[in-house]
Amino acid sequence: MRNLWTIAKREFNMYFASPIAYVVAFAFLLILGYFFVGELVQAAQFGGPPQATSSLGLFVTLVLFMSPAITMRLFSEEQRSGTLELLLTAPIREWELVFGKWLAAFGFLALILFSTGIYVLILNQYTSPGLDFGELLAAYVGMLVMMGSLMALGVFVSSLFSNQIAAFFVTMAAQLILWIVGFLTQNQPGPWAEFINYLVFSNHYYDNFHRGKFDLTDFTYFVSLSALFLFLATRMVESRRWR
Amino acid sequence: MIQVENLTKRYGERVAVNNLTFHANKGEIVGFLGPNGAGKTTTMRILTGYMPPNEGKAIVAGFDTLTESLEVRQRVGYLPENVPLYPEMTVVQYLDFMAELRHLPKREDRVDEVMELVHIAERADSYIGNLSKGLRQRVGLAQALLHKPEVLIMDEPMDGLDPQQQLAVKQLIRDIGKDQTVMLSTHILAHAQELCHRVIIINKGQIVVEDSPERLNSQIAGGGRIHLTVEGDGTGLLENLQALPGLAGVRAVTDGQFLIETLPGADARPAIARAVISGGWNLLELQREKASLEEIFLQLTKEEIAQQTEQADDDDTAEQET
Repeated sequence: MRNLWTIAKREFNMYFASPIAYVVAFAFLLILGYFFVGELVQAAQFGGPPQATSSLGLFVTLVLFMSPAITMRLFSEEQRSGTLELLLTAPIREWELVFGKWLAAFGFLALILFSTGIYVLILNQYTSPGLDFGELLAAYVGMLVMMGSLMALGVFVSSLFSNQIAAFFVTMAAQLILWIVGFLTQNQPGPWAEFINYLVFSNHYYDNFHRGKFDLTDFTYFVSLSALFLFLATRMVESRRWR
Repeated sequence: MIQVENLTKRYGERVAVNNLTFHANKGEIVGFLGPNGAGKTTTMRILTGYMPPNEGKAIVAGFDTLTESLEVRQRVGYLPENVPLYPEMTVVQYLDFMAELRHLPKREDRVDEVMELVHIAERADSYIGNLSKGLRQRVGLAQALLHKPEVLIMDEPMDGLDPQQQLAVKQLIRDIGKDQTVMLSTHILAHAQELCHRVIIINKGQIVVEDSPERLNSQIAGGGRIHLTVEGDGTGLLENLQALPGLAGVRAVTDGQFLIETLPGADARPAIARAVISGGWNLLELQREKASLEEIFLQLTKEEIAQQTEQADDDDTAEQET
């Protein structure tokens, strides 16, 4: 556990030593801010109160397209530069390494997510009698667990490639597929369609969390997906010893 | 400290390490010599627990590298080839990180100590990416020494260092080798000759020869060449020399100059000198050309050299991929 924390701490600090993290954070905040203003203007024009989840705005979409940049280097860079050999000959276990890296990536993305807190405060000022914070909490928890599984997917893909760009695009493609895989099977009967519909990421987020409902099924879905990808990444790193 | 038995490692079809057996004792510096792609790096990676062998076993610091890998890794310091480091960290950040991974008590003190040891303290806050090759090598070495390892394994520790730095690193290795076990690989034979108590020459994953550098010199390459110069044209001396026992061949180079090849074993110079003097010639020069480890090495790996150079490129890529 101690090693996990050591790895996570280093990895998290490294985000602030490279320009990628700043670029990603900047792009996130710029687009989020722009759309937030848009939402407010729209709400003002139609006279109704803005939705509580306006603070999250396009966050999901941005995560899908930009979060691969946060995970792409985690293992790819270590493989390319050979530092993985250093870590794997130090007395640490593979899962500590994998979970540590995941925790750092998750922490960094969570930091960006929490920066939307400023919009929550602004919204709270604009609306009367204020926001329903319970609803908002559910949306944020849902966002966090979903981010966790996307980061886990990114860690796994990064462990497959020694090229960051490859890791980036494969992660993005995988995330998008998970997002839209229900496109064909929508409203189709049968066990297969049901299964695929169950896999769809967006359903698990939008159906409940985004509407302010905390749903244990969706929560479990994201947590088990994170566990699965982290397990696969661990096996992948371990397999380096055997090949 | 290191006990290797029948170690075999294959990458697909290619056998990188073939039935290797050797050992290294406490307080011993063992040199691992061989052409590129001979299996040096692979063997070291097995010893450090980075990869398992296909067959055989390796006991390092009393633990099996396969079944007790964590125990081994706690006791081994490793300097990988090309010294992989994090360029975006400062020297002290990096060493502190590695010390934390190793759960060292009084981490900061130990990091300072090690930086003093390898003379990198004045660059403690420099980013590793900005350091020269020699300095990076020292950072790698500092990392390997952090936890006072019982066994220190270094892959090409002298690579890319200038002569002065090499001298410093050699001295450091000698100091460490007094009470720890050091295993280093090199393709520069002079280094092995100078540093190591024992030299293991491997080629194509197999041990070609294993002995102390001195004994290798005297036994295998005891046969050497002697240059002889006498006053005048030395007519008739050739026959006298050819009559002497223990020589492999004699030929006249120019007037008064001879090249004598000797067999391994006794020194033939006194006999030659006597033959020259008693024959009435004036001896001007008698010089033995000592065969170096370099020649032994070339001799031992001779047949393979041609194929090896062809293979070397594939081998390098194959090893890097793993």
